Amino acid sequence: MKVLWRKDELPCREMVELITDYLEGALSRSQRRRFEAHLAGCEHCSEYLRQMRLTIEATGVLREQDLTADMQAEFGEIYRRWRSEDE
Amino acid sequence: MDADGELLARVRAGEEAAFVALAARHHTAMLRLARSFVANTHVAEEVVQDTWLVVLRGLEGFEGRSTFRGWLFAILVNRARSTGEREHRSVAVADGRPAVSGSRFNAAGAWASPPRHWVEESEERMFAQGLAPSIDAALSALPSLQRDVVVLRDIDGLSGQEACEVLEISEANQRVLLHRARSRLRQTLEAEMGEV
Repeated sequence: MKVLWRKDELPCREMVELITDYLEGALSRSQRRRFEAHLAGCEHCSEYLRQMRLTIEATGVLREQDLTADMQAEFGEIYRRWRSEDE
Repeated sequence: MDADGELLARVRAGEEAAFVALAARHHTAMLRLARSFVANTHVAEEVVQDTWLVVLRGLEGFEGRSTFRGWLFAILVNRARSTGEREHRSVAVADGRPAVSGSRFNAAGAWASPPRHWVEESEERMFAQGLAPSIDAALSALPSLQRDVVVLRDIDGLSGQEACEVLEISEANQRVLLHRARSRLRQTLEAEMGEV
């Protein structure tokens, strides 16, 4: 089935490329309006947006990886080296 | 005062554990960023350690005109560049590949093969750290500038402007790089969740 788009309507294929600009607040007011209008009527693009938000969150989880005991010891050493320079 | 500021005050007051905690907070992002400029992880670890010594020595002069992490990562990039054995970094901003394969849209550009719903399922796995290894591997496979941007933005939480200053790139390029990187990482999660 051929879908006919209104002239000012964004196709899904363009939505997925504009998503970062949308999240970054970098769209112009009129672009943002078109983006949100599409989103309101498109379940798939709404799901895609949720997936992008989840991806960002999942990447952030890497921050919580613990330092190895060796690394902790090395950082302790750096700190003591600096303190000894002060004296 | 933010978490960095609080730890810095304790470092200045002579608390070694506060320094180790500060280093741990930024370690993942620092190591990954350094790794983009130097030949191997061992050298990257040395760059991170050198950076901390420079930071400690400069602590008294740091007046908070920039944010601490902006200052920290600027020093890291300087050290990594001067240590860098990899002289010719790829500077391509766009890799020409779409965020989603064109075959998943119909002729009018609407979804033909729409995204399956997996957000709730992966949230559960994410909190159990189950997705970390795939994200980790996917990050390593990204072109270096894309990786640098997404590491600064989404792992260490720098603002777009801070990331631009650290990497010396324009706002527009930063957004393109971030978009490419996040789109690739989403594809990884999609594959991980058993689709297409």
